[in-house]
Amino acid sequence: MAKIIVDGVEVDVPAEYTLLQAAELAGAEIPRFCFHERLSIAGNCRMCLVEVKGAPKPVASCAWGVRDCRPGPNGEPPEVFTKSPTVKKAREGVMEFLLINHPLDCPICDQGGQCDLQDQAMAYGVDTSRFHENKRAVTDKYLGPLVRTSMNRCIHCTRCIRFTAEVAGVPDLGAIWRGEDMEITSYLEKALGSELQANVADLCPVGALTHKPESFHYRPWELARTDSVDVMDAVGSSIRVDYRGREVMRILPRVNEDVNEEWITDKARHIVDGLRLQRLDRPYLRENGRLRPATWQEAFGAIAARMKGTDPKRIGAIVGDLPAVEEMYALKLLMQSLGVANIDARQDGTVLSPAYGRGSYLFNSTISGIEDADAILIVGSNPRIEGSLVNVRIRKRWRVAPPPIALIGENVDLTYSYEYLGAGPETLSDLAAGKHSFVEKLKNAERPLIIVGQGALSRPDGLAILSAVAQLAQSVGAVKEGWSGLSVLHTAASRVGALDLGFVPGEGGVTAREMAQGGMDVLFNLGADEIDIAPGAFVIYQGTHGDRGAHRADVILPGATYTEKSGTFVNTEGRVQIANRAAFAPGDAREDWAILRALSDVLGQRLPFDSLNALRQKLYADHPHFAAVESVQPADAAAAVQALAGLGGTPGREAFTSPIKDFYLTNPIARASGVMAECSALARELKLEAAE
Amino acid sequence: MAVRKLAPEELQPESFSFSPETEAFADQQIAKYPPGRQASAVIALLWKVQEQAGGWVPRKAIEAVAAKLDMPVIRVMEVATFYTMFNLEPVGKYFIQFCGTTPCMLRGAGDIKKVLERRIGESGHINPDGTFSWLEVECLGACSNAPMVQINDDYYEDLTVDNFEKLLDDLASGRPVRKGSQIGRNRSEPFQAVNTLKDPSLYDGSVVGAWRKRFEETTPEGPTEEPGLEQRAAENPRAAKPDSGRAIGRVIETPANRAAEGKPPIDAKDRADAASKDRATAVEPRTEEAGIKAPESSKSYVANPSNPEEGRPASTMPTTPVAGTPPSEAETRRDGSESKPDVVVDKDNKTS
Repeated sequence: MAKIIVDGVEVDVPAEYTLLQAAELAGAEIPRFCFHERLSIAGNCRMCLVEVKGAPKPVASCAWGVRDCRPGPNGEPPEVFTKSPTVKKAREGVMEFLLINHPLDCPICDQGGQCDLQDQAMAYGVDTSRFHENKRAVTDKYLGPLVRTSMNRCIHCTRCIRFTAEVAGVPDLGAIWRGEDMEITSYLEKALGSELQANVADLCPVGALTHKPESFHYRPWELARTDSVDVMDAVGSSIRVDYRGREVMRILPRVNEDVNEEWITDKARHIVDGLRLQRLDRPYLRENGRLRPATWQEAFGAIAARMKGTDPKRIGAIVGDLPAVEEMYALKLLMQSLGVANIDARQDGTVLSPAYGRGSYLFNSTISGIEDADAILIVGSNPRIEGSLVNVRIRKRWRVAPPPIALIGENVDLTYSYEYLGAGPETLSDLAAGKHSFVEKLKNAERPLIIVGQGALSRPDGLAILSAVAQLAQSVGAVKEGWSGLSVLHTAASRVGALDLGFVPGEGGVTAREMAQGGMDVLFNLGADEIDIAPGAFVIYQGTHGDRGAHRADVILPGATYTEKSGTFVNTEGRVQIANRAAFAPGDAREDWAILRALSDVLGQRLPFDSLNALRQKLYADHPHFAAVESVQPADAAAAVQALAGLGGTPGREAFTSPIKDFYLTNPIARASGVMAECSALARELKLEAAE
Repeated sequence: MAVRKLAPEELQPESFSFSPETEAFADQQIAKYPPGRQASAVIALLWKVQEQAGGWVPRKAIEAVAAKLDMPVIRVMEVATFYTMFNLEPVGKYFIQFCGTTPCMLRGAGDIKKVLERRIGESGHINPDGTFSWLEVECLGACSNAPMVQINDDYYEDLTVDNFEKLLDDLASGRPVRKGSQIGRNRSEPFQAVNTLKDPSLYDGSVVGAWRKRFEETTPEGPTEEPGLEQRAAENPRAAKPDSGRAIGRVIETPANRAAEGKPPIDAKDRADAASKDRATAVEPRTEEAGIKAPESSKSYVANPSNPEEGRPASTMPTTPVAGTPPSEAETRRDGSESKPDVVVDKDNKTS
């Protein structure tokens, strides 16, 4: 620790801190453009100049370490001034330089009102410029469907370059030419090839890079915000949903060090248009093979008539990827009261089940725990598309000091280098038998981490594979006191919540895939769109979009998306998070738990709650861990691994393939979004190009 | 600096591959750096590739270098575009880099430039038969032989309009040319007559050790007892930092001096002074003098700006539209010509 005096305040900071960090600790605000906590230090905007006592010139505080400062003549701590006249003058000078080439187009700039340059020019700049020459003009660049460019506004902070190269791991952006002619571009203006590219527009301190899909749609001061959680994957990124009136206008990341740091995927951000397209806004009823609009009474009446006298053994309920815990709980209670055992939330056919303990299906190491791992094995997963921010964490760990990383599954670009062991379960068996050299690396590691993806688990021999993985984890000591190194990466936001609730077939019940294949008279489908339901059953679809589930439905009950209801979601780590309501569901659509409550009344099995609070009270009484919002209740991973390892079984020979075929089109909301369709088409094109 | 851009698509070759020679050179360069740091060889490779491709770096060559060094293409592109000595557009068989910096300019580079413009044409373009192209560059470091040009790898110096024309003729027709000075002078030795370093004693060895002799002559006679180090320090305390050997006219106030005098090494007042915030490296804040206006733009975006100095406190123009007048003909309508008198405004909008 080193002492340093900032504006007369003495603070004790680690010696490797920069002056900027030390000043922030001391409570002094330092303006900056190029500096960003999560990117490398560039030191090229010069906005963070401060005065160091004894230094002949102001110094860039972002790039000057506390340990680089000289002590005073008698060993006094070094002293820094952030409010002295020199600093004020330096900031004014830098600001004048930055504004020399910056166009005065704030009134037509999308960044207006949320612009670092605008704010800092107001706070630290002067009102005149001595520059009488022409301003520089730069041609705009094409960077793909998500980022609009207006390169005249660029101040060359290089944050976007550093983000793509360091965090996203796709070195697409660069700065060509030099000096005044410097231009930020991708090679030959190709679209950026990252699933995190839209973050560069968030990072841009000026209006040079803005979000293309939502450009010119709103001004930031018109929007109200709601803190929420993303459901596009099982990572559960913290987001804020900004809305105007009853319409969601944009989604931005929130800082959450445990989950997403401050990035979100393009899918989480740009499905906004999918929230208003293809929506089910009234109940529908199938009559003579065609769906017709109906009233709630008609719809409920049709369901009640059909359910009446049906054998509970021939009734089933499937839950999809997006419902919140509340409605799954309500559906489970309803099915219980009807005596139905055929309930399943695993439409992808994954073998994970609460039967083997909570530790058997959680990402036990936690996402931030990846940074502590010192050897990583990925089995049957492509984390880059299944959980992009998990992949970002692995890359972050890899950048600090590359640990041994290996992959069994599809040989894909994960943005970091890894050892490719093989494609399928045979390699895994070899590894478990100690026949592969990578086992030694896992054994020698203090905190080995094994990540299992749904590519390995959602197949008939999934249980045997999971058991083999558990045996491997046991043999390399991945689960021990203080470290749970067996982690399951989910792909669906509601899956962990459903498994926590025990939304799996009861005594004598059948699984979702079996239900879909036939044998059911009435099938209640709560938002499951990734499964084909065979003809025969009377299907009640409760969901939000006119997607595959709605096409197969006999009755459609319109529900609310995650931005239109308050719902609990549990991410792949087991972290309980609440998505808050930002807008209202369109038309006659209602919150899902309320639909189920109303339906239960019609079916004569009234659910014992009349409000969301009452529902939650009962939920928390039954499953106390849901009450611990924003936290992870650690599971007993050791017992789970023990249980799984004991299962045994013989894995098949088929290679692992990722369950996600198209990153941009994984759920009904994304499939309704035009932006996602465009991204998907572009990604396919890039893939074809790469294959050539 | 001249405007640089990538060569248009039709000039770019379809493909590019390293010649065996370039390949060998590349491997040799890469071997200079530790494994995994092969990207350090990027400038050397680009240079070699430029040589192979006939004086410029095509796009495919940039991609080939990136593939060879296992770098993202944009990183190689950054380097190739940053350094002006990588030509990104085709050059003539003889690529002339003409120095236009001050010494050459003073010695008549302007005339040379006129020759270039007349015979080859615009800078950055190849002449019709492909022999020449030229570019004005910054100082090439041959100022004593100004004016000069660099043609491909060689310098041609001491140019005049006549000998430069002849040089270009000779190059164009493939006749041998003389590199270096075009007026027969040996490198950069004096232009007309040798005026310096003429003393023969400089060359007969008599000056070797002359400084020692001078030193010995001024040494006082007889050895004196040197006082011990400690005694000297007590008698004549000095700062810990050795002085530069220059004569010191006054006793310097140093902490060591003061300590020898029995005073505290640092004066309490000085210490307070040094700690004072406004004494650090502070610049005196500018005080606004009364009567001097802050700088402001002479432009106004108001049709009839107020100007109290001319006794025009407020607009005399009507501000309320007259009823019945179409907005386009309203007197209050402005079209920007007030603030930009040079702009011709097509009031009736006839041209569009």
